[in-house]
Amino acid sequence: MKEFWKRFSRNRSAVAGLLILIAVILLAILAPILYPEDPFSLVGLPMVEPFEGFLLGTDILGRNVAAGIAHGAKVSLLIGLFATLVAMLIGILIGAAAGYYGGWIDDALMRLTELFQTIPSFLFAILLVAIMTPSIESIVIAIAVVSWPTVARLVRGEFLALRKREFVEACVGVGMSDWRIITLQILPNCLSPIIVTGSLMVATAILIESGLSFLGLGDPNVMSWGFMVGAGRTVLRSAWWVCAFPGIAILLTVLAINLVGEGLNDAFNPRLRNR
Amino acid sequence: MSMAANRLRYVARRLLQAIPIILAIIVLNFLLLQLPEGDAADVLAGEAGSATPEYMAQLRAKFGLDEPLHIQLLAYVKNIVQLDLGYSFRNNMPVLDLILDRLMPTLLLMVSTILLAVGVGVLLGLFAAMGLNSWRDNLISIFALVSYATPLFWVGLMLIVVFSINLGWFPTSGMETIGAFYEGWDRVLDIAHHLVLPTITLSLFYLALYTRLMRASMLEQSGMDYVTTARAKGLTERRITFKHILRNALLPVLTMAGVQVGSLIGGSVIVESVFGWPGLGMLAFKALFARDLNLLLGIFFLSACLVVIVNLIVDIVYSFLDPRIEMR
Repeated sequence: MKEFWKRFSRNRSAVAGLLILIAVILLAILAPILYPEDPFSLVGLPMVEPFEGFLLGTDILGRNVAAGIAHGAKVSLLIGLFATLVAMLIGILIGAAAGYYGGWIDDALMRLTELFQTIPSFLFAILLVAIMTPSIESIVIAIAVVSWPTVARLVRGEFLALRKREFVEACVGVGMSDWRIITLQILPNCLSPIIVTGSLMVATAILIESGLSFLGLGDPNVMSWGFMVGAGRTVLRSAWWVCAFPGIAILLTVLAINLVGEGLNDAFNPRLRNR
Repeated sequence: MSMAANRLRYVARRLLQAIPIILAIIVLNFLLLQLPEGDAADVLAGEAGSATPEYMAQLRAKFGLDEPLHIQLLAYVKNIVQLDLGYSFRNNMPVLDLILDRLMPTLLLMVSTILLAVGVGVLLGLFAAMGLNSWRDNLISIFALVSYATPLFWVGLMLIVVFSINLGWFPTSGMETIGAFYEGWDRVLDIAHHLVLPTITLSLFYLALYTRLMRASMLEQSGMDYVTTARAKGLTERRITFKHILRNALLPVLTMAGVQVGSLIGGSVIVESVFGWPGLGMLAFKALFARDLNLLLGIFFLSACLVVIVNLIVDIVYSFLDPRIEMR
C-alpha cells in the first residue's frame, strides 16, 4: 500500500486531481452546513452579479448559484458512483460468464454486448429516462445500462487469459464450484484494470448525468449542475455566470477523476510508465 | 478464387450480419414500449389526449394489443420493417417523414464534425509525437485532457457568449438567416457561417480523442522494424515520418472515426438543442418536451440503423485500404 502510494504520488497531475476531487467531496459533505437553506429557495434579487453580496451571483429567479453548486456536488458524485457500481456489477457478471464458460455462452453474450455498443448510447439513455420518468433511480439505471459493455469486454478478456492458467485448472481439478473459482480465484487477479476502468467510468457517468439534466431529464427534486446550466441558458445574454460556474464545476470534477484514474493506471502498471 | 469475388462475398456476409442487429434493435424498441404505464397504444399515440379515440382503436387493432405478447411483437416488427413508424399528432405528420425532413441538417453537422475532428486531431497528434515531451507536446496533452472533461452543452454556451454575443462574429442559432431567402452560393455561405460554432462544439471531444490516438499510434509505429530499416538506408527523419510512419499511423484513427458515429448522434442532440440546429437532435429534444415517445423511438431506431450502415461502409472501405484484413 505504501509502495503503491509512492508510485501514485510520483505522478504530479494525478496528485493534483486527487486534491481537487477531495475538495469536491468536502464541498458535497459540507453543503448543508455552508448553505443550510434549500438550494431552490429564493435568497435575493434575480441575476445579481458575482461578488455583489453572493460569491457567484444569483440566477433568473434569485437562487444562490454557489449554494446550488455546493448541493449539486453531492448529486453528481453519488449518481456517478452508483451508476458506475451498477454498470460494473452487470459488466463483471456478463464478462466473467462469457470469458469463463466460452463456447456458445461467450458467443451469445458478446453478441448482446456488441448490440449495446452499436446503439447510440446517449440517445438510448434519454429514451430510458423519458420512459421511466426522471428520478435519481431512473438516471442511475439509464447510465448503467449504456455503460456496462466496456466493463464486460474488459472482464471477458481478462478471464479468457486467466482461465487456462494452472492455478485455475487446479481449482477445477479439486472440484471447486464455478462460482467460487470466478469470485475467489480469477476475479481478484484482474481487479486493477477493473478499478482503473471504473474510476474513469465515474467521470463519464457524471458527464452523461449533466447532459441529461441539462436537457430537462434530471430529478426535479434535487439541484444538479446540468440543470443549473440548462435553466440559465435563457438569460445567457445578460447573466453569463448562471451558466458558466456550474459548467466549471462539472469540468473540474470530471478532469480530477480522469487524472486520478490515469494515475491509478500508471501506479498499477509501473513498467508501462517508464516507456 | 479471385480477389473481386472474395470481396463481394465479404460484403454480402457483412450485410447479412447487419440484419439480426437491426431486428434486435426493433425488439428492444418493442420492449421499451412495454415499460411505461398504460398500453402501447397510449405511448404510440403520443401525448395523452391529443389522439382521437378512433385512432386509438385503430392502433389497438393494428398492433393486436388484445393478443398475446409474441403476436404483438410480430405485428410490431412487421410495421417497422415496412418503415411504418406511426404518426406524430404533435406535428401532424407521419414519424418517418418528420425524421427524413430533419436528416440532412444532422448529416451535414456530423460530416463537418468528423472532417474537422479527424483533420485537426491528426495534425495535433503528429505535432505532439514529433516533439515528444517538449512544451508543444505537453500543451497539446493538456488541451486534450481538458477537452475530454468538458460538457458539450457548456462549451456551446460559452462559445455563444464569446463569439456571438460579445464579438458578434457568428449567429447564435439556426441554420440559415431567417427571412433572407439567399440562393445559390450565398445560401451555401450563409449555412457554412451558421455551421461554424456547432461544428467546433461537437468536434471538441473527438478532436481530443483523435489527437491522443494519433500520438499513440505514431509512437507505436516509430518503434517498428521498417522504420529502423528506413533509417539504416539513410533516409532523413522528415522523410521517414511523413512517407512511412504517417501512412500506417492513420489507419487506427480512421477506424475509430467510424466507431464514433453512434456517440456523435447522442452529442448532436445536445449541440443541436443548444444552437437551435434544425436536425434530428433538435427533433428529439422537442419530442422530449411534448412527451412524444413514439417519435423518440422512431428517431432512436433510425439512428441505430444509421450507425449499423456507417459501420458497414467503414468496414468495406477498410478492406480496400488494408488488403491484409480477413475476408473469410
